[in-house]
Amino acid sequence: MPFLQLSGLTKRFGDVVAVEDFSLAVEKGEFVSLLGPSGCGKTTTLQMIAGFEQPTSGHIMLNGRHLEEVPARNRGLGIVFQTYALFPHMTVEENVAFGLEMRGIDKKERARKVAGALELVQLAHLAKRYPRAMSGGQRQRVALARALVIEPELLLLDEPLSNLDAKLREEMQLELRRIQQEAGVTTLLVTHDQNEAMALSDRVAVMHHGRLMQQETPFHVYENPKSSFISTFLGKTNSLTATLKTTNDEGSALVCNGMELAGPPAHLRPGPITVSLRPERIEIVEAGEAVVSGPVIERIFLGDQWLFRIETPIGPLLVVRRNRGQREPEHGETVHLAWTPHHLRLLPKEDEAA
Amino acid sequence: MTRRSRSRPWILSAPALLLFLVLLLVPLAMTFILSFHSFSFYGGITPTFSLENYIEVLSDGYFYEIFGRTFAIALATTLICAAIGLPQAYFLSRMHPFWRSVMLLVVLGPLLISVVVRTLGWAILLGNKGVINDALRDLGLITSPIRMMYTSGGIVLALVHVMVPFMILAIWAALQRTDPATESAAESLGARPWTIFRRIVLPQAMPGILSGSLIVFSLSASAFATPAILGGRRVKVVSTTVYDEFLNTLNWPLGAAIAMLLLVSVLAIMVGWNRLVERRFAGVFE
Amino acid sequence: MRHNGLFAKAFSVLFAVFMLAPLVVVIGVSFTPEGFLEFPPSGLSLRWFRAILDNPDFIEAAWVSLQLGVASATVSSIFAVPAALAIGRGRFPGRDALQAFFLSPLTVPTVVLGIAFLRFLSFLNANGTFVGLMLCHAIIIMPFILRLVLASVTGLDRSQEQAAVSLGASDWTVFRRVTLPAIMPGVIGGWVLAFITSFDELTVTVFIVSPTTTTLPVRLFSHITQTTDPLVASISTVAILFTVGLMFLVDRIYGLDRLLIGEGAR
Ligand SMILES: Nc1ncnc2c1ncn2[C@@H]1O[C@H](COP(=O)(O)OP(=O)(O)O)[C@@H](O)[C@H]1O
Ligand SMILES: [Mg+2]
Repeated sequence: MPFLQLSGLTKRFGDVVAVEDFSLAVEKGEFVSLLGPSGCGKTTTLQMIAGFEQPTSGHIMLNGRHLEEVPARNRGLGIVFQTYALFPHMTVEENVAFGLEMRGIDKKERARKVAGALELVQLAHLAKRYPRAMSGGQRQRVALARALVIEPELLLLDEPLSNLDAKLREEMQLELRRIQQEAGVTTLLVTHDQNEAMALSDRVAVMHHGRLMQQETPFHVYENPKSSFISTFLGKTNSLTATLKTTNDEGSALVCNGMELAGPPAHLRPGPITVSLRPERIEIVEAGEAVVSGPVIERIFLGDQWLFRIETPIGPLLVVRRNRGQREPEHGETVHLAWTPHHLRLLPKEDEAA
Repeated sequence: MTRRSRSRPWILSAPALLLFLVLLLVPLAMTFILSFHSFSFYGGITPTFSLENYIEVLSDGYFYEIFGRTFAIALATTLICAAIGLPQAYFLSRMHPFWRSVMLLVVLGPLLISVVVRTLGWAILLGNKGVINDALRDLGLITSPIRMMYTSGGIVLALVHVMVPFMILAIWAALQRTDPATESAAESLGARPWTIFRRIVLPQAMPGILSGSLIVFSLSASAFATPAILGGRRVKVVSTTVYDEFLNTLNWPLGAAIAMLLLVSVLAIMVGWNRLVERRFAGVFE
Repeated sequence: MRHNGLFAKAFSVLFAVFMLAPLVVVIGVSFTPEGFLEFPPSGLSLRWFRAILDNPDFIEAAWVSLQLGVASATVSSIFAVPAALAIGRGRFPGRDALQAFFLSPLTVPTVVLGIAFLRFLSFLNANGTFVGLMLCHAIIIMPFILRLVLASVTGLDRSQEQAAVSLGASDWTVFRRVTLPAIMPGVIGGWVLAFITSFDELTVTVFIVSPTTTTLPVRLFSHITQTTDPLVASISTVAILFTVGLMFLVDRIYGLDRLLIGEGAR
């Protein structure tokens, strides 16, 4: 029996189906991310676990207990809200102590635990401050300390880093992971930021239109997306429309825009499919080794890498190259591209996704 | 939680709802019923059901004059308030922040001071031996005083003073929702100040003018203190007439009928105005 | 930032004169040493301020008004705050109608409210009682409180309350420790506006006072309709100063424009 088990969770708001038949298992101590575009039902899922929304149908089990029956205030979950939701009229210390106070923990014990929690998030020196007088990153830590100090069985984080600027966000990612591991708390994070999900979590659960699409390790989801939606949502990719001619254990034969291509073995029926090819897997080669060739139509310098768009017979292809300081193709220059067949991902044609 | 959250708003508003039902709806209903009772000078009020009070009001030119005067005063007050309020709100939005807060204090402050006190000020200003007449005579501009007390004009003047803050607030709120860059955009396209005001500012201020007019009109039509002090018995309006019927003549049923007619006409005008505004300016309101 | 031209400045100055003239005149007149109204006063004297002390009925009326304002604003707040919480955050059937009902005292002509209360209170034989006055005022001023509290309820971050619940707080604790502090500025602002409205109210009150329990505006009104002497001016001056003092206090706590902008945005 997994520690947290969501089974067949569905939530309708009138005609809107926010979450549909959502099932997910999370093990004790695991860090799982719910990843999906805005409006796909992540917050609603979290709110049902927290007890602020009542599921239309489905079950939530935590540590062998049925959570649906338990009122929100007795669920004992730690929640960090997107806006942090700190109590503006209480100091940092009072904010963190609030949950302990509700549990009737005596003053001395409270002070000790609050100090410990603030230590954990490295804010012990700001205990007497009011939230107003703190930076975004500091407020974030206070919210985290407040959620963790009650020693929750489960920590829920709703887009906790989205209100921070890019640099701080990266720092907080590392920090969040450290704190989570130190506290050893089972964590469910909701985010629309694929980098955040991949950097932080043991497992990523990708959501789309209220449904669970795939749940695996970040590496696995990135490498083996189950649908073209996931392949485009996680990282950059070239999505090509193609027809699968034949497939066997050795490999497959595809036709893309009239051109024949070799692909990896596929578990699909012959017919129209989507092919995903990551831009970093495409190499620039000599004319003789080329799979396709064409002129550079776009050339963007990103610092650590170069981004090219190349017009080829199978369609425009995005190519990413590490910047190692060498000469790169100019605008309009014809380049020759190649890749190994097993880097192609053959996916069912889009439109069954919803 | 769902079951509880469904009844919760009603539980929370139940005390206020009960208070309003007992202390607002019941009294209004009793007054409505009262307006059908009959009254005689010797017998007092008899709880009959007759339309005689309404018939009396609707068949007497005297009451038509009072209702006509009341709405004419309200209309004039509204038009003047709009004519003053629009430019003043616009100037307010362009003022230096310091002067703007000073001006806001000048506009809003009087709202917090009793209408009785403010009208007393106007009575002192407008009287035959009042400040304005004295000044004009000292300047040699007039020989005999201009009559301003106990005239509709005097009432309108004082009502404008009482009501114009509401108009300015409404227009100012509308102007604040607009993007000041629209004016710069018009200017960059070659518009002159007056054109900018007419083509850019005025349409965006329109929702404020319309809602402000509604407030000013309905408050003016039912104003009491100002017409009572500045108009006295000589220039009667509906609310002072009701007051006299209730507290002097003691003909409560007739007073109630007049009040009900006031209520109905004010509500009808408000609803009609809202309809009109919604139809004409549906796009302007967000 | 664009600036106003000469015309705009002249217009604003004239407008300010218009707005302040009646108040300046009242204050000026109250310092006259003479027995009649004159402006500008021929000298400076506190004669008419001392005269207030010889008119205990005015002081008594002011005292009643003060108590009435405090009591009715407080009672009205106690009813309005839960209602504002219900209306401000729920989508529930009947919500708009409920809100319109609670704001309706603004729409019904005050004179109609006055006679309705008179009819009701005299039916109960409670006309001219303090409690009767207080309840009627509570109804009239409820819209002012409701609007300001509603504004702070709608501005409230729902997740603050959810955070408190997730930490184990009961409904009552959430209200007392999180919701109420968050909407407090709105409640205080609404209370003050309601107090001032009650303190200044004439049209409704004039119908339901009794000779023994009368308010300052009613007392002033009946005095003015009989005679205008410098006494009413000096009493008015005191009332103006009281209001100005309150205004500064409110401006510090809540912001005067925030308090009053709601007036226009009906
Ligand atoms: N209280 C609600 N009433 C109606 N629709 C809602 C409500 N909450 C969320 N929704 C809808 O449910 C869908 C999922 O919303 P949400 O869970 O907030 O998405 P996410 O957090 O992934 O951005 C959206 O289409 C949203 O409009
Ligand atoms: Mg969300």
